[in-house]
Amino acid sequence: MKAYDIVIIGGGPAGLAAAVAARKSGVDSILILERDKELGGILNQCIHNGFGLHTFKEELTGPEYAARFIDQVKELQIEYKLHTMVMDISHDKVVTAMNREEGMFTIQAKAVILAMGCRERSRGALNIPGYRPAGIYSAGTAQRLVNREGFMPGREVVILGSGDIGLIMARRMTFEGAKVKVVAELMPYSGGLKRNIVQCLDDYDIPLKLSHTVVEIRGKERLTGITIAEVDSKGKPIPGTEEDYDCDTLLLSVGLIPENELSRGAGVEMSPITSGPVVNESLETNIEGVFACGNVLHVHDLVDFVSEEAGAAGKNAALYVQGLRTEAAGKEIRLNPIEGVRYTVPSTIRPDQMDDKLTVRFRVGGVYKNCYISVYFDDERVLHRKRPVVAPGEMEEIKLEKAKLLSYPDLKTITVKIEEA
Amino acid sequence: MEKRELICIGCPLGCPVTVTMDAGEVVKVEGNTCKRGDDYARKEVTNPTRIVTSTVMVEGGRDVTVSVKTRSDIPKGKIFECVKSLKGVTVQAPVRIGDVIVENSAGTGVDIIATSNVEAK
Amino acid sequence: MYDVIIIGAGVSGAASARELSRYQVNVCVLEKEEDVCCGTSKANSAIVHAGYDAANGSLMAKLNVQGNKMMEQLSRDLDFEFIQNGSLVVCTEEENRPGLEALLERGIQNGVEGLRIVERDELVEMEPNISDQAVAALYAPTGGIVCPFNLNIALAENACTNGVEFKFNTQVENIEKIDGGFRLTTNQGDYEAKCVVNAAGVYADQIHNMVSEKKISIIPRRGDYCLLDKTAGQHVKRTIFALPGKYGKGILVSPTVHGNLIVGPTAIDIEEKEGTNTTRAGLDEVITKCANTVKNVPLRQVITSFAGLRAHEAGHEFIIEELPEAPGFVDCAGIESPGLTSSPAIGCMVADIVKGILDLKENPNFVGTRKGVLNPEKLSIEERNSLIKEQPAYGNIICRCEMVTEGEILDAIHRPLGARSLDGVKRRTRAGMGRCQAGFCSPRTMEILSRELGMDMMEITKSGGESKIVVGINKDRI
Repeated sequence: MKAYDIVIIGGGPAGLAAAVAARKSGVDSILILERDKELGGILNQCIHNGFGLHTFKEELTGPEYAARFIDQVKELQIEYKLHTMVMDISHDKVVTAMNREEGMFTIQAKAVILAMGCRERSRGALNIPGYRPAGIYSAGTAQRLVNREGFMPGREVVILGSGDIGLIMARRMTFEGAKVKVVAELMPYSGGLKRNIVQCLDDYDIPLKLSHTVVEIRGKERLTGITIAEVDSKGKPIPGTEEDYDCDTLLLSVGLIPENELSRGAGVEMSPITSGPVVNESLETNIEGVFACGNVLHVHDLVDFVSEEAGAAGKNAALYVQGLRTEAAGKEIRLNPIEGVRYTVPSTIRPDQMDDKLTVRFRVGGVYKNCYISVYFDDERVLHRKRPVVAPGEMEEIKLEKAKLLSYPDLKTITVKIEEA
Repeated sequence: MEKRELICIGCPLGCPVTVTMDAGEVVKVEGNTCKRGDDYARKEVTNPTRIVTSTVMVEGGRDVTVSVKTRSDIPKGKIFECVKSLKGVTVQAPVRIGDVIVENSAGTGVDIIATSNVEAK
Repeated sequence: MYDVIIIGAGVSGAASARELSRYQVNVCVLEKEEDVCCGTSKANSAIVHAGYDAANGSLMAKLNVQGNKMMEQLSRDLDFEFIQNGSLVVCTEEENRPGLEALLERGIQNGVEGLRIVERDELVEMEPNISDQAVAALYAPTGGIVCPFNLNIALAENACTNGVEFKFNTQVENIEKIDGGFRLTTNQGDYEAKCVVNAAGVYADQIHNMVSEKKISIIPRRGDYCLLDKTAGQHVKRTIFALPGKYGKGILVSPTVHGNLIVGPTAIDIEEKEGTNTTRAGLDEVITKCANTVKNVPLRQVITSFAGLRAHEAGHEFIIEELPEAPGFVDCAGIESPGLTSSPAIGCMVADIVKGILDLKENPNFVGTRKGVLNPEKLSIEERNSLIKEQPAYGNIICRCEMVTEGEILDAIHRPLGARSLDGVKRRTRAGMGRCQAGFCSPRTMEILSRELGMDMMEITKSGGESKIVVGINKDRI
């Protein structure tokens, strides 16, 4: 069996940044396993701009952003295998993979970094009634067809869901000559970034209908039309509000799901909120030496933060395989997301294992205006940051300082919540 | 006096901003809650610009398309003309990031450049 | 002139074709869709019924029990998935117990083996997720589950290998009696045959009525289903039916042979013979009623929903007979549940009728076995690696959810009656049938279809006809 210090599952933005950080932390033996024909993951089809402002202080397209990391991986001579599907990860970190040249093979890793990314929710998951014709695509599938293969999936388009990929595809299809008639969003707020609503919809007079969903799909062979309706506060369609649209294409941008089948197979404990692994301050799962980062851990909006998070995972994995981690004293502080805060990553912190500064990322469950993000160390409020608005579509973060945590020796729970003014 | 309604993209708040203009000059910006809103609104009403991204076909490459963008932002009103300048354009592999695909697109003075690498087959 | 034309390449038509291919007979199957298994046969519960349901002495009862007994051997001969997981008809109200006992009695009369009533304690032990209201159940150990696609496809492929012709995209528009047989007018020209088998599913009434004054009427009875992710596939081990009671027939909950969980169907009589659309009301009924027999069905794990049409005839009985008013014309109509289970026996019965009409001799070259698309997951690692060495396409995963390799897709395309569309590939290999519902693999599968069949990408369809996936190239209309 082959052996590597660190095996990274996935060569997208998370895997690449993790690999670079691990190598820079001094680990020689690193292997990236990528199932596609190239490194870069989904960024290769995200040809729009807006990536990298945080990481590179300039605005890049997806492929350019990916290329910056791919170039580093190549310069640092990090090994990778393309066209290689990981079939299984065992609890003791034996990775089984397969490709055309080598067949099925196993690798013993000292550390594994999970960086498999996420997949799109499908029509089936929404249980939209109607026929099942051709012409219904997840926004990402349409994005691949248009951007990588040069094909038009359709001419007259309705988009369900205002996730960022759907918004981006509204503009993209418009550029390529399609008519995007409407974007319907089930929730009373958009799931995408405000920037994308203005620059992808408003710029092209594409209406966004909040609190609307698709209630019927017509067309036996190819889609011929859909009906949307307004929904009540419980998401149930309101009779009498139906509107018919003739269209040959329905794009779905209705959410992303971390792709954790391999993690589950390995016995990694999962969060029912994020559908990603439960991790500590080191981004380490319940299995020692198995780390997670990027969209497999929780779905991000900005790749810059994926890279940052993955860099931390890569560094922590390096410390682990090098035996440089300080002995954990066993003290573990629980993060407690309540009152508007849906989850936090990480979910536990061992103060003696954390960096001087630790970024805690989270999402809120609704739109809150003029509110405060508050952090309590047990019962004491230690942060009370005013925010004009927070929304589910935009990930939030707070930073915790090691020195401060250590100054609370009896600290058991850090509560993060939204307090309305 | 002319009034323009905008939504600021500076942050998730999305302030509805009203810009009052007189003979092409910004007279007043209202509704914003911070400086960023003021800056955004002034630029957006006097000289709105966008980066345009698209793809063109590639011959003899490992991929059939290559992604492209305008090297810098172009006037918003030129977007469709710019995209149209890419219609029927086919380039030969290899293509490198930064290669000029179309010079001076739609008379904007801005080149369209490749944003991905396509190796020859 | 053909000896026999079979109208319809669903499971009844395919089973009839396969049984007829045991004889020296010139058979052609006309199918209006682009593939076999495109109607009722593709969208049903995929259950092999034990046979306690149908009325004593009915043809349905007889063929159900026969078909059930034939299924295991057939699954080995033709290499399709069949699991005898047993079924339970659950009684949730003490007052309905007589209904359970009546069902037991009927089953015994029908010749179903191994039937017995299990009381709540045993039931809970057998199925921990059974409803808290369950008081007892009829246990039928001979009940099973099958892959409906591969049963149908296997029968058709085997028939094809044994010389039966198949014509797809060929819709019969008229039938007239001619000397020594029939002339069938289709959208693809005329066909003539001495003998015609009407296995046209929900259209069997229209075909029948072309040759007979004694009109029949087939009512499409729509059933909505939800299919759940494999993570939910262990929720029950057996097929769980509700005892028909005051809430109607009830919703079944069953594992599938591929490890998913299926929940459904509703039963709504409709007029539209292509009305395979699910409805909000139907899906809601499935979702609500499944809780009557099974608790905590993880409905968040639904990966797709679909509707199928049963070819319901008013008499609720299979009509399998030569028409006295049109000698040489054989009906195989009203094949609703338990049609899938009965199909092997239906095939035999149809072949026997035709044999009586045409005086057939045995085909000495008949090959009764067939190998399905190779599933590399069933191989040892060593076997798998030597396969990949020989055919590297088996090392290339195309569908990541179901872990389907390029090798399997190539096999599905190039075998007899091979796949020509995304759904054709899906039914043969499961590529695209998993939790992402083809989002990831469809562009890749399209490329393979395009390359292997020499078709332009713009000609590739989801399921034939106008179901094209891409309609042009970028900027072609600006």
